[in-house]
Amino acid sequence: MFELDVVTLSRLQFALTALYHFLFVPLTLGLALLLAIMESVYVMTGRTVWRDAVKFWGTLFGINFVMGVATGITMEFQFGTNWAYYSHYVGDIFGVPLAIEGMMAFFLEATFVGLFFFGWKRLTKVQHLVVTWLVALGTNFSALWILVANAWMSNPVGAAFNPQTMRMELTSFKEVLFNPVAQSKFVHTVSAGYVTGAMFVMSISAYYMLRGRHAAVARRSMTVAASFGLASALSVVVLGDESGYTAGESQKMKIAAIEAMWETEPAPASFTLFGLPDLETETTNYGVHIPYLLGIIATRSLDTPVEGIKPLVKHHEARIRNGLPGYRWMAENGGRPGAVVPPELEASMRDVGYALLLKRIRQDIENATGEEIAEAARSTIPDVPVLFWSFRIMVALGFYFIALFGVAFYLSSRRRIGQPWFLKLVMFSLPLPWVAAELGWIVAESGRQPWIIDGIMPTFIGVSSVPASNVAISLAAFVVFYTALAVVDVALLAKYIRKGPHAEPEEAPLAGPLPQAQPAFDASR
Amino acid sequence: MFDYATLRFIWWALLGVLLVGFAIFDGFDLGVAMLHPFVAKKDVERRVLINTIGPVWEGNQVWFILGGGAVLAAWPPLYAASFSGFYLAMLLVLLGLILRPVAITFRSKRDDPRWRATWDWLFFVSGALPSLLFGVAFGNLLLGVPFHFDQALRFQYEGGLLGLLRPFALLCGLVSVTMLIMQGSAWLAGKSEGEIAARAQRIGALAALTLVMLLLVAGLWIATSIEGYRIESQMDFSAPSNPFGKDVVVGAGSWLLNYARHPLAALAPLAALLGALGSSILLATGSRFAILSSSVSVAGVVTTAGFSLFPFLMPSSSHPGQSLTVWDASSSQMTLGLMLVAAVFFLPIILAYTSWVYWVLRGAVTEAAIQKGDDHFY
Ligand code: HDD
Ligand code: HEM
Ligand code: HEM
Repeated sequence: MFELDVVTLSRLQFALTALYHFLFVPLTLGLALLLAIMESVYVMTGRTVWRDAVKFWGTLFGINFVMGVATGITMEFQFGTNWAYYSHYVGDIFGVPLAIEGMMAFFLEATFVGLFFFGWKRLTKVQHLVVTWLVALGTNFSALWILVANAWMSNPVGAAFNPQTMRMELTSFKEVLFNPVAQSKFVHTVSAGYVTGAMFVMSISAYYMLRGRHAAVARRSMTVAASFGLASALSVVVLGDESGYTAGESQKMKIAAIEAMWETEPAPASFTLFGLPDLETETTNYGVHIPYLLGIIATRSLDTPVEGIKPLVKHHEARIRNGLPGYRWMAENGGRPGAVVPPELEASMRDVGYALLLKRIRQDIENATGEEIAEAARSTIPDVPVLFWSFRIMVALGFYFIALFGVAFYLSSRRRIGQPWFLKLVMFSLPLPWVAAELGWIVAESGRQPWIIDGIMPTFIGVSSVPASNVAISLAAFVVFYTALAVVDVALLAKYIRKGPHAEPEEAPLAGPLPQAQPAFDASR
Repeated sequence: MFDYATLRFIWWALLGVLLVGFAIFDGFDLGVAMLHPFVAKKDVERRVLINTIGPVWEGNQVWFILGGGAVLAAWPPLYAASFSGFYLAMLLVLLGLILRPVAITFRSKRDDPRWRATWDWLFFVSGALPSLLFGVAFGNLLLGVPFHFDQALRFQYEGGLLGLLRPFALLCGLVSVTMLIMQGSAWLAGKSEGEIAARAQRIGALAALTLVMLLLVAGLWIATSIEGYRIESQMDFSAPSNPFGKDVVVGAGSWLLNYARHPLAALAPLAALLGALGSSILLATGSRFAILSSSVSVAGVVTTAGFSLFPFLMPSSSHPGQSLTVWDASSSQMTLGLMLVAAVFFLPIILAYTSWVYWVLRGAVTEAAIQKGDDHFY
């Protein structure tokens, strides 16, 4: 049965807080870039309607940004509070991108976002534009580094176990940085953010057009968002390094589970459009297949077979057995000064992570029976139905976005956008990018299970040694807190959306003294 | 490159730099939040207060975030031990730090007085709670924390939340609160005008004097009755990081050893005291530059804690031999070296653009400007 132990509670808390953080992240990523684009147009054309647009979307950006910051803090510290053993075990590698993210990205975006709001009258037009671009740059750097960290968990390259310190240590930063999984994740996730920003701008503009309000800002915003959205939607679906989906053992299992593909598919693998995965019999019924497509998604080729779940499990069973001698050596010698892995055990040491899977079943894992080893191997299958369906909905939405942005782009470039049915469709599509992005993370993260670091540390090993009651308290606190904040946040966004952009006169006379002693530049004159 | 022992020492110093940066920059934000109900009475005054930190608090807070990331990268066992050990205290800090950004941004976005009063109150809490708990945490480091590691180096905390609230730790919490109130007042003295600045100066001068007294009491307490920690065995400063295999003895006066060995270290407590004294004089005489002496004092307080503890990062009261120290709780040499390159590259850039931003935003925030209603004032 469902047991509320530390592991379950910590996973639940991490999943909830991460999914919550990622409600705000994609909008920040997308809007920051859209603001920079719109402000560039303002600086180039000098038309103040563009500045009004930037200020309006900027207000909404600010409300969202602050929630991104507030929820990000939780994430940064949760590795220590809830995943202490994980942090101890891989902080040497995993901490590096996180720290660099702080220095390279967070300082940049957080320092300049203040100036974005407060600097309109104190900076020249071009200075302010630079500030806006720096904010956008910062958010993208931030995504890069956190995804490098995250990708390492799915494909832990550039690291080796040190028996004297009983942890993983960095061997090659280059490999960590140029991890193929990180590259594909970065392109895919950032593009997903751009799609979200574009949809947000487009939907709200459609709302104004339907009401016949704020036409000047709405029409221009719509045009920018439609073209930017189309490019981003194409990039989500098409770009991203193919090798990301096949590098690493857990990625193979992920693809197989996404496909509910129990046996190995000979090349070229077909894609199961629809089917009912049956966990009991380990088969997928009523499958509707599209030839070649899986081969293309997973391997970008037509001649590489895609491995199935059952052969992968067999393979994992062998690795568990292989890891046991290494585990025994580690239990006896680990942490001893000067301990060096004997050469004949090196291969076995690489599979110690697999042996650790047995810890869920019994503590003295050296004495595990064949049946227990088989059970541990089966635990490497992630949740097939969740992956199968989440993935399909995400992909369907991906193609829907291309179509929607495509039509919007066509119509707005011919200045014919205005059919109420289409505007309504755009308006009601507002939540869909969030749905796709959250499902994407569910695919990526629950597909990695049972590993917190693929092949190296099972998730249940990584938790802190804290009482379950503490985690229950924090989980409850986050749920209450975050729910209240979400309500307030949405209400405020709605208020400002209803209020709409505020058009400033083209040549506004300066009302009263500026808030500082010395003369300031006014971007508008 | 540097050898392993030197890198460890440099990263200990860099940890100090981050903590000082956090205490100085985020310190005045926390201070302003705590002063909010006392210095600002009318709604427009409250908005002035919030807007003095409005454009900079987000950047300031990154000192804390970077602190977390850097400790994870440079001192993984310390990150694991301190955050999971102080689990519920950390949760309270986090809730405070979540509330603060939201309170600043949301408060003035609706006119309803009840709405604003609620956020004002939460804003105060978001400053007071973390300020107090940071101090309590440092107090507990000086006292030692009950923990050990098991065979697989898994950290095991042996205390509870209430175990953290020991008298000396509470005194440290009070030091921290008073210090940040001083820092916040000094900031307001330079960033606001008229009645607000005057109130801030009055409170700040008092806080600075109180800080001097609290620091003296804490110093006496440490000298006379707090048991410090001392490494007894020979240590290899370049050995792989593993907290086992050293002998640590506990005894009164150990936290003063570094000052006897390196008299120059005494500059830190001296800076803490003189900086606070200077701030109280500057604030009492209405100077706008108290922030400088106040920051010296803040830096002095933080470095004093670091100098006293060195080479300890987190002493264990139940298994002193397993205490985390600079020599056995760091990352690998490669990681420390790589991160040093990154820090040497990025920190000057960060300081440069941060200074530019403060320069652009120079000058006081006035009630007139707020009432004029520039729509991007909070
Ligand atoms: C793909 C992008 C992405 C992903 C996967 C994450 N974040 Fe995030 N994060 C951002 C993209 C981002 C951002 C775009 O940079 C944010 C969002 C909104 C914002 O204000 O900045 C941000 C804010 C943000 C902040 C506040 C930074 C500041 O003050 O400027 C912290 C501390 C974190 N995040 C930490 C994390 C951690 C520890 C994550 C992993 C579990 C994580 N984020 C996932
Ligand atoms: C913000 C985007 C992210 C979302 C929405 C997300 C989502 C999730 C979800 C749904 C789970 C639970 C999986 C399960 O238990 O089946 C999870 C677990 C986890 N993820 Fe992520 N994740 C995100 C980013 C990251 C990043 C960037 C990292 C690391 C840098 C990370 C590390 C983890 C860890 C440590 C766990 C706990 C182990 C587990 O329960 O699976 N996540 N995440
Ligand atoms: C044809 C369309 C799509 C395909 C083939 C696709 C494929 C994938 C795959 C295979 C993963 C798992 C990657 C991994 O675990 O390494 C993933 C994750 C993800 N997807 Fe999609 N996706 C599509 C559309 C979308 C859309 C439209 C969005 C959002 C607007 C989106 C957002 C995400 C996110 C946020 C993740 C998690 C981050 C990551 O692992 O990259 N995806 N996607």
